[in-house]
Amino acid sequence: MDTLSLRNYFAGISPEIIIADGKQYLEITIPGPEFHDFCARMKNDDDLHFDYLISLTAVDWNDHFIIVCHLTSTAHRHTVVLKTKIDRIEAAIDTLSDIWKTAEYHEREVYDLFGITFRNHPDMRRLFLEDDYGFPLRKDFTDDERIITR
Amino acid sequence: MMQEEVIKNIILGEEEDYIVNVGPQHPSTHGVLRFEVSLQGETIKKVVPHCGYIHRGIEKMCERLTYQQIIHLTDRMDYLSAHMNNEAVCLCVEKALEVDIPARVTVIRAMIDELNRIASHQLWWSAMGMDMGALTTFFYGLRDREKILDIYEESFGTRLIQSVNTPGGLMNDIHPGFQRKVKEFITYFRKKLPEYDQLLTGNVIFRERTKNIASLSCTDAIQYGVTGPAGRASGFSCDVRKVDPYGAYPQVNFREILMTEGDTFARYKVRIAEMYESMKILEQLVDNIPEGDYSAKMKPVLRLPAGEYFQRMETARGELAVYIVSNGDKTPYRIKFRSPNFSNLFVISKLAPGYKIADLIAISGSLDLVIPDIDR
Repeated sequence: MDTLSLRNYFAGISPEIIIADGKQYLEITIPGPEFHDFCARMKNDDDLHFDYLISLTAVDWNDHFIIVCHLTSTAHRHTVVLKTKIDRIEAAIDTLSDIWKTAEYHEREVYDLFGITFRNHPDMRRLFLEDDYGFPLRKDFTDDERIITR
Repeated sequence: MMQEEVIKNIILGEEEDYIVNVGPQHPSTHGVLRFEVSLQGETIKKVVPHCGYIHRGIEKMCERLTYQQIIHLTDRMDYLSAHMNNEAVCLCVEKALEVDIPARVTVIRAMIDELNRIASHQLWWSAMGMDMGALTTFFYGLRDREKILDIYEESFGTRLIQSVNTPGGLMNDIHPGFQRKVKEFITYFRKKLPEYDQLLTGNVIFRERTKNIASLSCTDAIQYGVTGPAGRASGFSCDVRKVDPYGAYPQVNFREILMTEGDTFARYKVRIAEMYESMKILEQLVDNIPEGDYSAKMKPVLRLPAGEYFQRMETARGELAVYIVSNGDKTPYRIKFRSPNFSNLFVISKLAPGYKIADLIAISGSLDLVIPDIDR
């Protein structure tokens, strides 16, 4: 589907979905509780068929986190960006690893660097750093020994 | 009766897990990575990769560096695809600033990309043979790779990593002898590449050890996000040069190598075939380098307009994606590198179980992992 028909398709699903035209791709923001079910629909719907998760990451906006997924379809060759806002204090969301297997490892990376927990994740351990390290990609992370500010 | 009980056949790992650590310093891992392998006799029951030994926090460092400085950190992710990594950031920044890049730059970049891809595949071929006990391949592969490194050295003064890209173009122009050297290399390597087939592809031991070993289906390749030659060996059409073209690739004629077997041997054959395709691209471009500037005029300090930018790039190992979030400052607010090896690594826990421990070396060799790219 092209951008316009994708846009119309998503607009018809639910009024709570916020659709924005990004510079390159359509950017869709979904409320946190509906995120997992919406993603499952994105993959299983034959018209959408978003079967390839390119990347899953997070951005720290000081008072909240945004989870960002770049999805593409190997059959229809269309791409969208999925986003969801999550609370900074609770910092948890349902895992997508049951939908896209590759999400399991991207989520472990996000957990390691941002401290965002993914509920129902099969193996929620840190990926790179030690257990007591802190979460370095959070904007309030400080480390006087290793980070030199100039 | 007594004797029979004593000579009971003991299989290690039958009653409880017998664990062997492969790495972090094992030569076949090409870097610091540890596989925690649960065995039953010689058969693999489970593989758990442990990474983080070379995590440098490149994404965190980038948050304090300007876009020109970031380029030089991306070299250090997948050092065998250094030029592609550089180019991915450059294209992303150029897209954000809406700069028109001189045609000369696009063509030169594509040529170095392909030279880089050949050099990377040569090193992979050398190392894969060596991992499996064929030491000769290492010398043959490195001998031919040296020719490419000489081309780089003459033009840019660097060998392994080029660092010649900068947002807007190249740091310096190519050497006047660049085209002649590339042509010489193609003539030379077209003769040498069949030798690779004679040495390793046709080798009975090699074929027995790779054919029908660790088959990956197309669905699983997509599920795990396995891209690059490893994904294409399973029939996953994921060549970014074809599906989301950039640079000079829309102008050139080449084939995306796809296979359906998905086993270790198919992953091997895709890379060998890709070297021929890369030479084909080089041949089309070498006489068609447009005249002009080697760089667009750029400001010394680059401030990207607030927003999000995404650029996909086909490196020698698969799909690299750069995601930049800018808030209008001279440094990125957040930068994410979706590195190909990261996704390609974890499929090993799916591929290896059921095969022998010696096959693990062949499987990880066929995935062509570069560890600094996983940890970043």
